[in-house]
Amino acid sequence: MSDTTTEGQVSRLPKFIQRADPAVATAFGCIILLLIVGSIYSPSFLSPEYLLQQLKVASFLGVIATGMMLVILLGQIDLSVPWAVATGAMMACAAAAYGPAGAVLAIPFGVACGVAIGLVNGIGVAYLRIPSMIITLATNAVAQGLMVVYTGGFSPQDSASDAMRYLATGFLLPGVPNAVIAWAIIGGAMVFALTRTAFGRAVYAIGNQERAAYLSGVNTRRVVMIAFAVSGGLSAFGGVLLAGYASKAAQSMGDAYLLPSIAAVVLGGTSILGGRGSYLGTVAGAILITLLQSILSVMQMPEAGRQITYGIVIVAMLLLYGRAPADR
Amino acid sequence: MKDWRYWLAEQRSALLAVGIFIFMFIIYVSNHQAGFSANVVQTSANKGVLLALVAMAQTLVVITAGIDLSAGMIFVLTNCLASWLVVGTAAETAFGVAVVLGTGLLCGAINGAIVIVGRMQPIVATIATGAVYFGLALLLRPFPGGSVNEDLADALTGRLFGVVPTSLVALVAVVLIIWVPFRRSVTGRAAYAAGSSEIAAYMSGMPIKRAKFVAYTLSGLLAAIGGLFLTFFTYTGEAAYASGNAYTLFSIAAVVLGGVSLFGGRGSAIGAIFGAFAFRTIGDLLFVFDFDPLWQPLFQGVVLLFAVSLVAFGLFRVRNRLEWFG
Repeated sequence: MSDTTTEGQVSRLPKFIQRADPAVATAFGCIILLLIVGSIYSPSFLSPEYLLQQLKVASFLGVIATGMMLVILLGQIDLSVPWAVATGAMMACAAAAYGPAGAVLAIPFGVACGVAIGLVNGIGVAYLRIPSMIITLATNAVAQGLMVVYTGGFSPQDSASDAMRYLATGFLLPGVPNAVIAWAIIGGAMVFALTRTAFGRAVYAIGNQERAAYLSGVNTRRVVMIAFAVSGGLSAFGGVLLAGYASKAAQSMGDAYLLPSIAAVVLGGTSILGGRGSYLGTVAGAILITLLQSILSVMQMPEAGRQITYGIVIVAMLLLYGRAPADR
Repeated sequence: MKDWRYWLAEQRSALLAVGIFIFMFIIYVSNHQAGFSANVVQTSANKGVLLALVAMAQTLVVITAGIDLSAGMIFVLTNCLASWLVVGTAAETAFGVAVVLGTGLLCGAINGAIVIVGRMQPIVATIATGAVYFGLALLLRPFPGGSVNEDLADALTGRLFGVVPTSLVALVAVVLIIWVPFRRSVTGRAAYAAGSSEIAAYMSGMPIKRAKFVAYTLSGLLAAIGGLFLTFFTYTGEAAYASGNAYTLFSIAAVVLGGVSLFGGRGSAIGAIFGAFAFRTIGDLLFVFDFDPLWQPLFQGVVLLFAVSLVAFGLFRVRNRLEWFG
């Protein structure tokens, strides 16, 4: 029923809006709304420096949400993000402590640890057919256990390597933070993979109907496993960036990224049931959430208020356009 | 004879959980320096009952093929609320308990309403509401503190006749008052039916929506009872994010160990209770064998990973490969 009404309204609008996904359009609309609200609150909100700073903060979330999106497109979910992020950061910092060779290998080693976590998830989901929600919670617990044993329960003392700091806080192009460039490269690669490769087509196909994809000759289990490995690797890379930003890793640094990464993907119009969604929406979602967090902290909202606002905004926006079809 | 067999087939996984628990508890007790004494049993019972209550809460939702990732947060929220309200005279305490339980019911009802009326995926919905509940808990208790009616707390965490832990008696009472009537009612059957095959249940005219709503609401209530007991054990309220998350995670582990199918429609709260006891005993085993406490999270994680991997044994029963993609 909603289809006919929205089409009726949309037909009077210009072409480029017509083609846009309503969810993505809503997300961008909310970004503009937040910017207006923010600029009323503080005039420096619209300054280029502030916006670039926000974009830099959004890029950490964006990188993590990229992996999450790939998994959600399959109709699965990755709840191992918190400790995949922390593991990536801690292992990269740990490698950086082993002299010059370690410093060179810090970033690849951190990402490789995330890929390992993702592979366990992927094998569990794809080959053992364990519900993704459960196996990723379990690997999250195992990763946490490993890191607690490794660090002795305290935040590790190793600090980030120079390369990590440069990646997170440096400027390769004048004015554009490197983290944003990294996000752009990863995002571009993801868009290419999703729209121009057989792998991307398979991801959408599996998200819609895994049986059909299997019967069409797609090696669905391998695709699922790779997607989880990519998600783990990207989470860990997000952790590496964060460690570079803060110049060290911390115990619970990943906890603040699970809910936002899922929210960024889902607010961007990707169906939580899989098979539908665009990367542009995820970009919008990541920026939207970062701006929301920023405005709440500019308004000096305490942590409690932020959590509440956060949950309510997500539920409200999902009620607007993320609902499942009505019963039969 | 036949009835007996059906019952056994239905309860097989729950009985397995009972077996695992008894086996591990015997190892635990025989290695404990104090041996099988009332004190040891009381301490284990008190720890086990907390997780058992949250696991029961999780069971109700999982039976309908949903999942409640906010159960741990409702548990934390009600703990914080109880540390303010369950104090003073008998009447005040009773009022406080009622408000705490009412809050749990309300939290569960909100989850249910969002999932059923809002037609949102339980996993996203409960992650979001979990954030809200945790935020409220943080508002109530920015710093750990508060107090509780200690007479009531001691009465409910002590021993009856010097032998039986009162918390176990309370758990049995909760099972008899909440779980058994639910299981036997039409609503309860509809909840199982909805979890087993929602389309078939709908076609048969089962009250699916009511059943799901009742399941979510009662789940909130059970988590609140858990929060109340946490306050009785600790005498304080604390909005601990890690603890809420851990209870959510452990409740899922307990449910899986207790033989409740995560795909819905199979299993019982009794199984989940023994799953919770078994999971708790695993932690205690590390203690009696003098493991470094640092290893405990890793050990629990590995046990959890192993427990959920047991699902994979179902693959051996698959006759047609397409059933992989169920």
